[in-house]
Amino acid sequence: MKDLNLHIKNIRKNIVKMVANAKSGHPGGSLGAADIMGVLFFEVMDINKDNAKGVDRDRFVLSKGHASPVLYATLHEKGIIDEDLMTFRKINSKLQGHPNMSYLDGVDMSTGSLGQGFSAAVGMAMANKLSKNEHRVYALLGDGESEEGQIWEAAMASAHYKLDNLCAVLDFNGLQIDGDITKVMNPTPLDKKFEAFGWHVICIDGHNKDEILDAFNKAKEIKGKPTLILAKTIKGKGVSFMENSAAWHGSAPNAEQLEAALNELEVA
Amino acid sequence: MGLATREAYGKALAKIILENEKIVVLDADLTKSTKTSDAQKVCPERHFNMGIAEANMMGVAAGFASSGYTVFASTFSMFATGRAWEQIRNSIAYPHLNVKICGTHAGIAVGEDGVSHQAIEDISLMRTIPGMEVYSPCDATETMAVIEYVSKTDKPCYVRLGRSGVDDVYSEDTKFDFSKIRVLKEGKDIAIFATGLMVQEALKAAETLKAEGINITVVDVACIKPLDEEGVLNILKTHDHIITAEEHNIIGGLGSAISDVSVKYLPKKITKIGIMDRFAESGPFNELLEKYNLTSSYIVKVVKDLK
Repeated sequence: MKDLNLHIKNIRKNIVKMVANAKSGHPGGSLGAADIMGVLFFEVMDINKDNAKGVDRDRFVLSKGHASPVLYATLHEKGIIDEDLMTFRKINSKLQGHPNMSYLDGVDMSTGSLGQGFSAAVGMAMANKLSKNEHRVYALLGDGESEEGQIWEAAMASAHYKLDNLCAVLDFNGLQIDGDITKVMNPTPLDKKFEAFGWHVICIDGHNKDEILDAFNKAKEIKGKPTLILAKTIKGKGVSFMENSAAWHGSAPNAEQLEAALNELEVA
Repeated sequence: MGLATREAYGKALAKIILENEKIVVLDADLTKSTKTSDAQKVCPERHFNMGIAEANMMGVAAGFASSGYTVFASTFSMFATGRAWEQIRNSIAYPHLNVKICGTHAGIAVGEDGVSHQAIEDISLMRTIPGMEVYSPCDATETMAVIEYVSKTDKPCYVRLGRSGVDDVYSEDTKFDFSKIRVLKEGKDIAIFATGLMVQEALKAAETLKAEGINITVVDVACIKPLDEEGVLNILKTHDHIITAEEHNIIGGLGSAISDVSVKYLPKKITKIGIMDRFAESGPFNELLEKYNLTSSYIVKVVKDLK
Protein backbone atom coordinates (compact mmCIF):
# COMPACT_ATOMS: atom_id res chain seq x y z
CA MET A 1 0.00 0.00 0.00
CA LYS A 2 2.94 2.31 0.68
CA ASP A 3 4.13 1.89 -2.89
CA LEU A 4 0.60 2.31 -4.21
CA ASN A 5 0.20 5.57 -2.30
CA LEU A 6 3.46 6.82 -3.77
CA HIS A 7 2.39 5.82 -7.29
CA ILE A 8 -0.92 7.62 -6.89
CA LYS A 9 0.83 10.70 -5.48
CA ASN A 10 3.13 10.74 -8.52
CA ILE A 11 0.15 10.32 -10.85
CA ARG A 12 -1.62 13.30 -9.26
CA LYS A 13 1.49 15.46 -9.37
CA ASN A 14 2.04 14.65 -13.02
CA ILE A 15 -1.59 15.45 -13.83
CA VAL A 16 -1.33 19.00 -12.51
CA LYS A 17 2.12 19.47 -14.06
CA MET A 18 0.95 18.27 -17.48
CA VAL A 19 -2.14 20.43 -17.51
CA ALA A 20 -0.29 23.47 -16.21
CA ASN A 21 2.47 23.03 -18.77
CA ALA A 22 -0.02 22.55 -21.60
CA LYS A 23 -2.04 25.51 -20.31
CA SER A 24 -5.13 23.42 -21.10
CA GLY A 25 -6.67 20.06 -20.29
CA HIS A 26 -8.93 18.53 -17.70
CA PRO A 27 -7.43 18.40 -14.19
CA GLY A 28 -10.62 17.96 -12.15
CA GLY A 29 -11.86 14.66 -13.54
CA SER A 30 -8.30 13.36 -13.82
CA LEU A 31 -7.40 13.99 -10.18
CA GLY A 32 -10.71 12.52 -9.05
CA ALA A 33 -10.03 9.25 -10.89
CA ALA A 34 -6.40 8.87 -9.75
CA ASP A 35 -7.12 6.47 -6.89
CA ILE A 36 -9.25 4.22 -9.11
CA MET A 37 -6.59 4.25 -11.86
CA GLY A 38 -3.76 3.59 -9.42
CA VAL A 39 -5.49 0.57 -7.86
CA LEU A 40 -6.58 -0.74 -11.26
CA PHE A 41 -3.17 -0.56 -12.94
CA PHE A 42 -0.98 -1.46 -9.94
CA GLU A 43 -3.15 -3.96 -8.07
CA VAL A 44 -5.70 -5.41 -10.49
CA MET A 45 -4.85 -5.49 -14.18
CA ASP A 46 -2.51 -7.91 -15.91
CA ILE A 47 -0.66 -5.31 -17.96
CA ASN A 48 2.98 -4.32 -18.16
CA LYS A 49 5.53 -2.94 -20.62
CA ASP A 50 6.20 -6.40 -22.06
CA ASN A 51 2.64 -7.46 -22.79
CA ALA A 52 1.21 -4.01 -23.58
CA LYS A 53 1.53 -4.37 -27.37
CA GLY A 54 -0.75 -7.39 -27.70
CA VAL A 55 -4.25 -8.27 -26.56
CA ASP A 56 -3.28 -11.26 -24.42
CA ARG A 57 -3.63 -9.15 -21.30
CA ASP A 58 -6.29 -7.13 -19.50
CA ARG A 59 -7.43 -4.07 -21.40
CA PHE A 60 -8.63 -0.64 -20.34
CA VAL A 61 -10.77 1.92 -22.16
CA LEU A 62 -10.90 5.48 -20.89
CA SER A 63 -14.40 6.24 -22.10
CA LYS A 64 -14.25 9.64 -20.40
CA GLY A 65 -11.36 10.46 -22.73
CA HIS A 66 -10.94 14.03 -21.51
CA ALA A 67 -9.32 12.56 -18.38
CA SER A 68 -6.34 11.65 -20.60
CA PRO A 69 -3.85 13.16 -18.10
CA VAL A 70 -4.68 10.47 -15.55
CA LEU A 71 -4.27 7.75 -18.20
CA TYR A 72 -0.93 9.08 -19.47
CA ALA A 73 0.36 9.66 -15.95
CA THR A 74 -0.68 6.15 -14.91
CA LEU A 75 0.85 4.45 -17.97
CA HIS A 76 4.01 6.46 -17.36
CA GLU A 77 4.11 5.56 -13.67
CA LYS A 78 3.61 1.91 -14.62
CA GLY A 79 6.53 2.12 -17.06
CA ILE A 80 4.42 1.23 -20.11
CA ILE A 81 5.08 4.54 -21.87
CA ASP A 82 8.22 6.61 -21.61
CA GLU A 83 7.08 9.72 -23.47
CA ASP A 84 7.94 13.10 -21.97
CA LEU A 85 4.68 13.93 -20.19
CA MET A 86 5.41 17.62 -20.63
CA THR A 87 4.71 17.29 -24.36
CA PHE A 88 1.02 16.72 -23.50
CA ARG A 89 -1.20 18.64 -25.95
CA LYS A 90 1.86 20.05 -27.76
CA ILE A 91 2.47 19.78 -31.48
CA ASN A 92 4.10 16.49 -32.65
CA SER A 93 3.33 14.79 -29.35
CA LYS A 94 1.91 11.31 -28.96
CA LEU A 95 0.10 12.63 -25.90
CA GLN A 96 -2.93 13.97 -27.71
CA GLY A 97 -5.53 16.04 -25.87
CA HIS A 98 -7.77 13.00 -26.01
CA PRO A 99 -6.15 9.55 -26.27
CA ASN A 100 -5.09 8.09 -29.63
CA MET A 101 -4.60 4.32 -29.51
CA SER A 102 -2.38 4.33 -32.60
CA TYR A 103 0.29 6.32 -30.78
CA LEU A 104 0.71 4.66 -27.41
CA ASP A 105 0.87 1.13 -26.04
CA GLY A 106 -1.65 0.68 -23.27
CA VAL A 107 -4.13 3.11 -24.83
CA ASP A 108 -6.65 0.52 -25.92
CA MET A 109 -9.12 2.78 -27.72
CA SER A 110 -9.09 6.26 -29.15
CA THR A 111 -11.64 8.15 -27.11
CA GLY A 112 -12.83 11.64 -26.42
CA SER A 113 -16.30 11.67 -27.92
CA LEU A 114 -18.36 10.66 -24.91
CA GLY A 115 -20.24 7.37 -24.90
CA GLN A 116 -18.13 5.76 -27.59
CA GLY A 117 -15.36 4.14 -25.58
CA PHE A 118 -17.86 2.13 -23.58
CA SER A 119 -19.19 0.47 -26.75
CA ALA A 120 -15.65 -0.38 -27.84
CA ALA A 121 -15.04 -2.00 -24.43
CA VAL A 122 -18.20 -4.05 -24.98
CA GLY A 123 -16.82 -5.15 -28.36
CA MET A 124 -13.52 -6.16 -26.73
CA ALA A 125 -15.32 -8.18 -24.08
CA MET A 126 -17.41 -9.91 -26.79
CA ALA A 127 -14.22 -10.59 -28.77
CA ASN A 128 -12.56 -12.08 -25.68
CA LYS A 129 -15.53 -14.39 -25.16
CA LEU A 130 -15.36 -15.49 -28.80
CA SER A 131 -11.57 -16.00 -28.71
CA LYS A 132 -11.74 -17.73 -25.32
CA ASN A 133 -9.34 -15.08 -24.07
CA GLU A 134 -9.74 -15.14 -20.29
CA HIS A 135 -8.50 -11.59 -19.78
CA ARG A 136 -10.80 -8.88 -18.56
CA VAL A 137 -11.87 -5.57 -20.03
CA TYR A 138 -12.17 -2.45 -17.91
CA ALA A 139 -13.77 0.88 -18.78
CA LEU A 140 -13.90 4.17 -16.92
CA LEU A 141 -17.03 6.22 -17.54
CA GLY A 142 -17.98 9.68 -16.39
CA ASP A 143 -21.24 10.50 -14.67
CA GLY A 144 -21.95 13.31 -17.11
CA GLU A 145 -21.09 10.86 -19.87
CA SER A 146 -24.01 8.69 -18.77
CA GLU A 147 -26.30 11.34 -20.27
CA GLU A 148 -25.24 10.01 -23.69
CA GLY A 149 -27.77 7.59 -25.18
CA GLN A 150 -24.98 5.35 -26.46
CA ILE A 151 -24.06 4.48 -22.85
CA TRP A 152 -27.42 2.80 -22.47
CA GLU A 153 -27.19 1.02 -25.81
CA ALA A 154 -23.85 -0.38 -24.64
CA ALA A 155 -25.22 -1.23 -21.18
CA MET A 156 -28.09 -3.15 -22.78
CA ALA A 157 -25.79 -5.07 -25.13
CA SER A 158 -23.36 -6.00 -22.32
CA ALA A 159 -26.09 -7.59 -20.23
CA HIS A 160 -27.65 -9.23 -23.30
CA TYR A 161 -24.37 -10.94 -24.13
CA LYS A 162 -23.72 -11.74 -20.45
CA LEU A 163 -20.33 -10.03 -20.46
CA ASP A 164 -19.06 -11.03 -17.03
CA ASN A 165 -15.55 -10.28 -18.32
CA LEU A 166 -16.45 -6.59 -18.49
CA CYS A 167 -16.13 -4.29 -15.50
CA ALA A 168 -17.01 -0.61 -15.84
CA VAL A 169 -16.26 2.02 -13.25
CA LEU A 170 -18.52 5.03 -13.21
CA ASP A 171 -16.66 8.00 -11.79
CA PHE A 172 -19.44 9.79 -9.96
CA ASN A 173 -18.13 13.22 -9.01
CA GLY A 174 -21.49 14.91 -9.50
CA LEU A 175 -20.19 17.67 -11.74
CA GLN A 176 -20.12 18.30 -15.46
CA ILE A 177 -18.93 21.33 -17.41
CA ASP A 178 -22.07 23.37 -16.87
CA GLY A 179 -22.40 22.43 -13.21
CA ASP A 180 -24.17 19.96 -10.93
CA ILE A 181 -25.21 16.94 -12.99
CA THR A 182 -28.60 16.78 -11.28
CA LYS A 183 -29.25 20.36 -12.40
CA VAL A 184 -27.85 20.14 -15.94
CA MET A 185 -29.52 16.85 -16.93
CA ASN A 186 -30.12 14.47 -14.07
CA PRO A 187 -28.94 10.96 -14.96
CA THR A 188 -29.52 9.52 -11.46
CA PRO A 189 -30.23 7.08 -9.93
CA LEU A 190 -27.37 5.43 -11.84
CA ASP A 191 -27.16 2.36 -9.60
CA LYS A 192 -30.83 1.52 -10.16
CA LYS A 193 -30.61 2.28 -13.87
CA PHE A 194 -27.67 -0.07 -14.38
CA GLU A 195 -29.36 -2.72 -12.26
CA ALA A 196 -32.47 -2.38 -14.38
CA PHE A 197 -30.27 -2.82 -17.46
CA GLY A 198 -29.10 -6.16 -16.07
CA TRP A 199 -25.81 -5.21 -14.43
CA HIS A 200 -24.40 -6.16 -11.06
CA VAL A 201 -23.72 -2.87 -9.27
CA ILE A 202 -21.25 -2.22 -6.46
CA CYS A 203 -21.28 1.22 -4.81
CA ILE A 204 -18.03 2.43 -3.24
CA ASP A 205 -16.05 5.43 -2.07
CA GLY A 206 -13.81 6.05 -5.09
CA HIS A 207 -10.97 7.32 -2.90
CA ASN A 208 -10.87 4.41 -0.47
CA LYS A 209 -8.25 2.11 -1.96
CA ASP A 210 -9.38 -0.92 0.02
CA GLU A 211 -12.95 -0.48 -1.18
CA ILE A 212 -11.77 0.00 -4.76
CA LEU A 213 -9.64 -3.14 -4.71
CA ASP A 214 -12.36 -5.13 -2.99
CA ALA A 215 -14.90 -4.07 -5.63
CA PHE A 216 -12.62 -5.10 -8.52
CA ASN A 217 -12.05 -8.46 -6.87
CA LYS A 218 -15.76 -9.00 -6.21
CA ALA A 219 -16.54 -8.12 -9.83
CA LYS A 220 -14.33 -11.01 -10.96
CA GLU A 221 -16.57 -13.40 -9.03
CA ILE A 222 -19.82 -12.23 -10.62
CA LYS A 223 -20.85 -14.63 -13.37
CA GLY A 224 -23.37 -14.19 -16.17
CA LYS A 225 -23.55 -10.40 -16.05
CA PRO A 226 -21.25 -7.38 -16.27
CA THR A 227 -20.37 -5.37 -13.17
CA LEU A 228 -20.58 -1.64 -12.65
CA ILE A 229 -18.57 -0.08 -9.87
CA LEU A 230 -20.31 3.17 -9.00
CA ALA A 231 -17.51 5.14 -7.40
CA LYS A 232 -18.37 8.30 -5.48
CA THR A 233 -15.46 10.66 -6.07
CA ILE A 234 -14.44 14.23 -5.49
CA LYS A 235 -13.64 16.10 -8.68
CA GLY A 236 -10.18 17.65 -8.26
CA LYS A 237 -9.36 15.35 -5.31
CA GLY A 238 -6.06 16.19 -3.62
CA VAL A 239 -5.86 19.85 -4.59
CA SER A 240 -8.10 21.76 -2.17
CA PHE A 241 -8.88 24.69 -4.42
CA MET A 242 -9.87 22.36 -7.29
CA GLU A 243 -12.05 20.04 -5.23
CA ASN A 244 -15.76 19.93 -6.02
CA SER A 245 -15.45 22.72 -8.53
CA ALA A 246 -16.90 22.50 -12.04
CA ALA A 247 -14.66 25.45 -12.93
CA TRP A 248 -11.66 23.07 -12.81
CA HIS A 249 -13.25 20.62 -15.24
CA GLY A 250 -11.33 21.97 -18.19
CA SER A 251 -8.99 24.75 -17.10
CA ALA A 252 -5.30 24.81 -16.26
CA PRO A 253 -3.58 26.15 -13.15
CA ASN A 254 -1.14 29.08 -13.52
CA ALA A 255 2.41 28.88 -12.15
CA GLU A 256 1.40 30.00 -8.69
CA GLN A 257 -1.54 27.62 -8.52
CA LEU A 258 0.67 24.80 -9.78
CA GLU A 259 3.15 25.38 -6.99
CA ALA A 260 0.38 25.43 -4.39
CA ALA A 261 -1.11 22.24 -5.87
CA LEU A 262 2.23 20.40 -5.88
CA ASN A 263 2.93 21.45 -2.29
CA GLU A 264 -0.42 20.11 -1.18
CA LEU A 265 0.01 16.85 -3.04
CA GLU A 266 3.53 16.41 -1.66
CA VAL A 267 2.47 16.51 1.96
CA ALA A 268 -0.75 14.55 1.47
CA MET B 1 -32.85 -9.22 -63.92
CA GLY B 2 -29.94 -10.29 -61.76
CA LEU B 3 -29.55 -10.30 -58.01
CA ALA B 4 -29.65 -7.18 -55.87
CA THR B 5 -26.19 -6.20 -54.67
CA ARG B 6 -27.31 -6.84 -51.07
CA GLU B 7 -28.16 -10.41 -52.04
CA ALA B 8 -24.72 -10.85 -53.56
CA TYR B 9 -23.25 -9.42 -50.35
CA GLY B 10 -25.10 -12.04 -48.33
CA LYS B 11 -23.77 -14.84 -50.51
CA ALA B 12 -20.21 -13.52 -50.46
CA LEU B 13 -20.23 -13.09 -46.71
CA ALA B 14 -21.62 -16.58 -46.14
CA LYS B 15 -18.69 -17.90 -48.17
CA ILE B 16 -15.82 -15.91 -46.69
CA ILE B 17 -16.94 -16.27 -43.08
CA LEU B 18 -16.24 -19.99 -43.41
CA GLU B 19 -12.85 -19.35 -45.01
CA ASN B 20 -11.60 -16.87 -42.41
CA GLU B 21 -12.23 -17.57 -38.74
CA LYS B 22 -11.32 -13.99 -37.80
CA ILE B 23 -14.38 -12.57 -39.54
CA VAL B 24 -17.32 -11.47 -37.40
CA VAL B 25 -20.60 -9.98 -38.58
CA LEU B 26 -22.70 -7.42 -36.73
CA ASP B 27 -26.19 -6.39 -37.68
CA ALA B 28 -28.79 -4.05 -36.21
CA ASP B 29 -32.05 -6.02 -36.39
CA LEU B 30 -32.10 -6.10 -40.18
CA THR B 31 -30.38 -9.42 -40.85
CA LYS B 32 -32.98 -10.60 -43.37
CA SER B 33 -32.95 -7.29 -45.22
CA THR B 34 -29.18 -6.76 -45.25
CA LYS B 35 -28.78 -10.49 -46.03
CA THR B 36 -26.25 -11.05 -43.27
CA SER B 37 -28.75 -13.77 -42.36
CA ASP B 38 -26.94 -15.94 -44.94
CA ALA B 39 -23.73 -15.76 -42.89
CA GLN B 40 -25.72 -16.22 -39.69
CA LYS B 41 -27.12 -19.49 -41.06
CA VAL B 42 -23.73 -21.00 -41.80
CA CYS B 43 -21.85 -19.48 -38.85
CA PRO B 44 -24.19 -18.38 -36.06
CA GLU B 45 -21.37 -18.16 -33.50
CA ARG B 46 -19.71 -15.29 -35.37
CA HIS B 47 -22.86 -13.35 -36.22
CA PHE B 48 -24.09 -10.92 -33.56
CA ASN B 49 -27.36 -9.08 -33.60
CA MET B 50 -26.79 -5.76 -31.85
CA GLY B 51 -30.43 -4.73 -31.92
CA ILE B 52 -31.74 -1.36 -33.05
CA ALA B 53 -28.71 0.50 -31.71
CA GLU B 54 -26.45 1.50 -34.58
CA ALA B 55 -24.16 3.80 -32.59
CA ASN B 56 -23.29 1.01 -30.19
CA MET B 57 -22.89 -1.44 -33.07
CA MET B 58 -20.15 0.71 -34.62
CA GLY B 59 -18.37 0.99 -31.27
CA VAL B 60 -18.63 -2.76 -30.72
CA ALA B 61 -17.22 -3.21 -34.22
CA ALA B 62 -14.25 -1.08 -33.19
CA GLY B 63 -13.76 -3.20 -30.08
CA PHE B 64 -13.80 -6.42 -32.09
CA ALA B 65 -11.42 -4.97 -34.67
CA SER B 66 -8.99 -3.82 -32.00
CA SER B 67 -9.01 -7.43 -30.79
CA GLY B 68 -7.78 -8.74 -34.14
CA TYR B 69 -11.05 -9.42 -35.95
CA THR B 70 -12.21 -8.34 -39.41
CA VAL B 71 -15.65 -6.92 -38.79
CA PHE B 72 -18.55 -6.60 -41.21
CA ALA B 73 -21.13 -4.23 -39.73
CA SER B 74 -24.40 -3.92 -41.58
CA THR B 75 -27.63 -2.05 -41.46
CA PHE B 76 -29.46 0.22 -43.89
CA SER B 77 -27.06 2.73 -45.37
CA MET B 78 -29.07 5.60 -43.90
CA PHE B 79 -28.58 4.43 -40.34
CA ALA B 80 -25.00 3.24 -40.78
CA THR B 81 -23.57 6.32 -42.45
CA GLY B 82 -26.06 8.86 -41.15
CA ARG B 83 -27.01 8.01 -37.62
CA ALA B 84 -23.69 6.44 -36.68
CA TRP B 85 -21.44 8.79 -38.68
CA GLU B 86 -19.56 10.14 -35.72
CA GLN B 87 -19.02 6.68 -34.25
CA ILE B 88 -17.58 5.60 -37.61
CA ARG B 89 -15.40 8.69 -37.72
CA ASN B 90 -14.08 8.63 -34.16
CA SER B 91 -14.15 4.97 -33.13
CA ILE B 92 -13.36 3.28 -36.47
CA ALA B 93 -11.64 5.60 -38.94
CA TYR B 94 -9.50 7.65 -36.54
CA PRO B 95 -7.89 4.52 -35.03
CA HIS B 96 -7.69 2.93 -38.54
CA LEU B 97 -9.66 -0.13 -37.45
CA ASN B 98 -10.52 -3.08 -39.65
CA VAL B 99 -14.25 -2.57 -40.03
CA LYS B 100 -16.25 -2.97 -43.23
CA ILE B 101 -19.42 -0.93 -43.05
CA CYS B 102 -21.79 -2.53 -45.54
CA GLY B 103 -24.82 -0.31 -45.94
CA THR B 104 -27.73 -1.77 -47.82
CA HIS B 105 -30.86 -0.11 -49.23
CA ALA B 106 -28.75 2.86 -50.32
CA GLY B 107 -30.10 5.51 -52.66
CA ILE B 108 -33.72 6.18 -53.60
CA ALA B 109 -34.17 2.71 -55.04
CA VAL B 110 -35.15 1.57 -51.54
CA GLY B 111 -38.49 2.72 -52.93
CA GLU B 112 -41.71 2.66 -50.98
CA ASP B 113 -40.13 3.22 -47.55
CA GLY B 114 -39.53 6.80 -48.60
CA VAL B 115 -37.18 9.59 -47.66
CA SER B 116 -36.40 8.54 -44.08
CA HIS B 117 -34.78 5.39 -45.49
CA GLN B 118 -33.26 6.78 -48.68
CA ALA B 119 -29.56 7.41 -48.17
CA ILE B 120 -28.55 9.90 -50.86
CA GLU B 121 -25.69 11.38 -48.84
CA ASP B 122 -23.81 8.22 -47.83
CA ILE B 123 -20.98 8.38 -50.37
CA SER B 124 -20.37 11.98 -49.45
CA LEU B 125 -20.47 11.28 -45.71
CA MET B 126 -18.03 8.39 -45.95
CA ARG B 127 -15.61 9.83 -48.47
CA THR B 128 -14.99 12.91 -46.38
CA ILE B 129 -13.64 10.82 -43.49
CA PRO B 130 -9.83 10.56 -43.66
CA GLY B 131 -8.64 7.09 -44.66
CA MET B 132 -12.10 5.67 -45.27
CA GLU B 133 -12.35 3.68 -48.50
CA VAL B 134 -15.61 3.84 -50.44
CA TYR B 135 -16.91 1.10 -52.77
CA SER B 136 -20.07 1.19 -54.84
CA PRO B 137 -20.39 -1.99 -56.94
CA CYS B 138 -22.97 -2.17 -59.73
CA ASP B 139 -23.98 -5.82 -59.92
CA ALA B 140 -23.81 -9.16 -58.13
CA THR B 141 -20.47 -10.34 -59.51
CA GLU B 142 -18.74 -7.05 -58.82
CA THR B 143 -20.24 -6.96 -55.32
CA MET B 144 -18.90 -10.41 -54.50
CA ALA B 145 -15.48 -9.34 -55.71
CA VAL B 146 -15.61 -6.15 -53.63
CA ILE B 147 -16.56 -8.09 -50.50
CA GLU B 148 -13.78 -10.60 -51.10
CA TYR B 149 -11.34 -7.73 -51.70
CA VAL B 150 -12.22 -5.64 -48.64
CA SER B 151 -12.13 -8.73 -46.43
CA LYS B 152 -8.43 -8.98 -47.25
CA THR B 153 -7.44 -5.40 -46.46
CA ASP B 154 -7.12 -4.09 -42.92
CA LYS B 155 -8.54 -0.68 -43.82
CA PRO B 156 -11.84 0.80 -42.73
CA CYS B 157 -14.17 0.55 -45.75
CA TYR B 158 -17.69 1.52 -46.69
CA VAL B 159 -19.54 -0.62 -49.22
CA ARG B 160 -22.73 0.79 -50.75
CA LEU B 161 -25.35 -1.83 -51.55
CA GLY B 162 -28.80 -1.69 -53.12
CA ARG B 163 -32.14 -3.21 -52.30
CA SER B 164 -33.55 -4.05 -55.70
CA GLY B 165 -32.51 -6.55 -58.34
CA VAL B 166 -30.29 -5.12 -61.07
CA ASP B 167 -29.16 -6.43 -64.44
CA ASP B 168 -25.87 -8.29 -64.49
CA VAL B 169 -23.04 -6.34 -66.06
CA TYR B 170 -20.19 -8.77 -65.49
CA SER B 171 -19.84 -12.46 -66.20
CA GLU B 172 -18.95 -14.62 -63.22
CA ASP B 173 -15.38 -15.23 -64.38
CA THR B 174 -14.50 -11.51 -64.54
CA LYS B 175 -11.27 -10.47 -62.82
CA PHE B 176 -11.40 -7.22 -60.91
CA ASP B 177 -8.77 -4.67 -59.97
CA PHE B 178 -10.38 -2.10 -57.70
CA SER B 179 -7.37 0.17 -57.81
CA LYS B 180 -8.47 1.04 -61.36
CA ILE B 181 -11.60 2.45 -62.91
CA ARG B 182 -13.02 0.17 -65.56
CA VAL B 183 -13.82 1.26 -69.10
CA LEU B 184 -16.81 -0.81 -70.20
CA LYS B 185 -17.36 0.87 -73.55
CA GLU B 186 -14.88 2.88 -75.55
CA GLY B 187 -16.36 5.74 -77.47
CA LYS B 188 -15.23 9.23 -78.28
CA ASP B 189 -15.98 12.84 -77.48
CA ILE B 190 -18.26 12.04 -74.54
CA ALA B 191 -17.46 9.91 -71.51
CA ILE B 192 -19.74 8.98 -68.66
CA PHE B 193 -18.44 7.94 -65.25
CA ALA B 194 -21.11 5.89 -63.50
CA THR B 195 -21.41 4.03 -60.21
CA GLY B 196 -23.86 1.56 -58.72
CA LEU B 197 -27.05 0.96 -60.67
CA MET B 198 -26.32 3.93 -62.92
CA VAL B 199 -23.68 1.79 -64.65
CA GLN B 200 -26.50 -0.28 -66.18
CA GLU B 201 -28.37 2.87 -67.18
CA ALA B 202 -25.24 4.30 -68.79
CA LEU B 203 -24.67 1.09 -70.73
CA LYS B 204 -28.27 1.09 -71.96
CA ALA B 205 -27.92 4.74 -72.97
CA ALA B 206 -24.73 3.90 -74.87
CA GLU B 207 -26.58 1.18 -76.80
CA THR B 208 -29.39 3.55 -77.71
CA LEU B 209 -26.95 6.24 -78.78
CA LYS B 210 -24.88 3.77 -80.79
CA ALA B 211 -27.90 2.97 -82.90
CA GLU B 212 -28.01 6.67 -83.71
CA GLY B 213 -24.33 6.77 -84.54
CA ILE B 214 -23.11 8.31 -81.29
CA ASN B 215 -20.43 6.32 -79.47
CA ILE B 216 -19.87 7.27 -75.87
CA THR B 217 -17.36 5.95 -73.37
CA VAL B 218 -18.81 4.29 -70.28
CA VAL B 219 -16.71 3.92 -67.15
CA ASP B 220 -17.63 1.90 -64.05
CA VAL B 221 -16.28 3.52 -60.90
CA ALA B 222 -16.69 0.83 -58.26
CA CYS B 223 -14.04 2.27 -55.97
CA ILE B 224 -14.80 5.93 -55.37
CA LYS B 225 -12.08 6.28 -52.75
CA PRO B 226 -9.18 5.87 -53.17
CA LEU B 227 -10.01 7.03 -56.68
CA ASP B 228 -7.88 5.98 -59.66
CA GLU B 229 -6.81 9.54 -60.49
CA GLU B 230 -4.56 8.48 -63.33
CA GLY B 231 -7.35 6.51 -64.98
CA VAL B 232 -9.78 9.40 -64.58
CA LEU B 233 -7.23 11.85 -65.99
CA ASN B 234 -6.75 9.67 -69.09
CA ILE B 235 -10.49 9.83 -69.75
CA LEU B 236 -10.51 13.59 -69.14
CA LYS B 237 -7.67 14.02 -71.64
CA THR B 238 -9.30 12.01 -74.39
CA HIS B 239 -12.87 13.30 -74.21
CA ASP B 240 -14.47 16.70 -74.79
CA HIS B 241 -17.47 16.24 -72.54
CA ILE B 242 -17.67 14.52 -69.19
CA ILE B 243 -20.83 13.26 -67.49
CA THR B 244 -21.12 11.62 -64.09
CA ALA B 245 -24.09 9.47 -63.06
CA GLU B 246 -24.97 8.28 -59.58
CA GLU B 247 -28.02 7.41 -57.53
CA HIS B 248 -26.89 9.90 -54.91
CA ASN B 249 -27.08 13.61 -54.23
CA ILE B 250 -25.05 15.59 -56.78
CA ILE B 251 -23.18 17.09 -53.82
CA GLY B 252 -20.25 15.10 -52.45
CA GLY B 253 -20.59 11.86 -54.37
CA LEU B 254 -19.05 10.45 -57.54
CA GLY B 255 -19.61 13.69 -59.47
CA SER B 256 -17.71 15.63 -56.83
CA ALA B 257 -14.91 13.04 -56.73
CA ILE B 258 -14.44 13.23 -60.51
CA SER B 259 -14.65 17.02 -60.36
CA ASP B 260 -11.90 17.05 -57.74
CA VAL B 261 -9.57 15.24 -60.13
CA SER B 262 -10.53 17.51 -63.00
CA VAL B 263 -9.98 20.68 -60.97
CA LYS B 264 -6.60 19.39 -59.84
CA TYR B 265 -5.19 18.27 -63.20
CA LEU B 266 -7.37 19.28 -66.14
CA PRO B 267 -10.31 21.63 -65.55
CA LYS B 268 -13.33 20.64 -67.67
CA LYS B 269 -17.03 21.25 -67.69
CA ILE B 270 -18.67 18.27 -66.01
CA THR B 271 -22.37 17.46 -66.18
CA LYS B 272 -23.58 15.70 -63.07
CA ILE B 273 -26.54 13.35 -63.19
CA GLY B 274 -27.89 12.42 -59.78
CA ILE B 275 -30.39 13.52 -57.18
CA MET B 276 -30.54 17.27 -57.67
CA ASP B 277 -30.07 18.24 -54.03
CA ARG B 278 -33.61 17.46 -52.97
CA PHE B 279 -35.47 14.77 -51.07
CA ALA B 280 -37.30 12.16 -53.09
CA GLU B 281 -40.45 10.32 -51.96
CA SER B 282 -42.11 6.90 -51.64
CA GLY B 283 -42.87 4.94 -54.74
CA PRO B 284 -41.98 1.88 -56.78
CA PHE B 285 -38.26 1.59 -57.62
CA ASN B 286 -38.57 2.12 -61.38
CA GLU B 287 -41.04 4.97 -61.11
CA LEU B 288 -38.73 6.78 -58.70
CA LEU B 289 -35.74 6.40 -61.00
CA GLU B 290 -37.88 7.74 -63.85
CA LYS B 291 -39.19 10.74 -61.90
CA TYR B 292 -35.76 11.69 -60.52
CA ASN B 293 -33.99 11.40 -63.87
CA LEU B 294 -31.85 8.37 -63.06
CA THR B 295 -32.54 6.50 -66.31
CA SER B 296 -30.87 5.64 -69.57
CA SER B 297 -33.35 7.83 -71.44
CA TYR B 298 -32.35 10.83 -69.35
CA ILE B 299 -28.68 10.10 -70.02
CA VAL B 300 -29.46 9.92 -73.76
CA LYS B 301 -31.11 13.33 -73.52
CA VAL B 302 -28.14 14.83 -71.67
CA VAL B 303 -25.71 13.42 -74.24
CA LYS B 304 -27.74 14.78 -77.15
CA ASP B 305 -27.92 18.20 -75.50
CA LEU B 306 -24.13 18.20 -75.28
CA LYS B 307 -23.71 17.32 -78.95
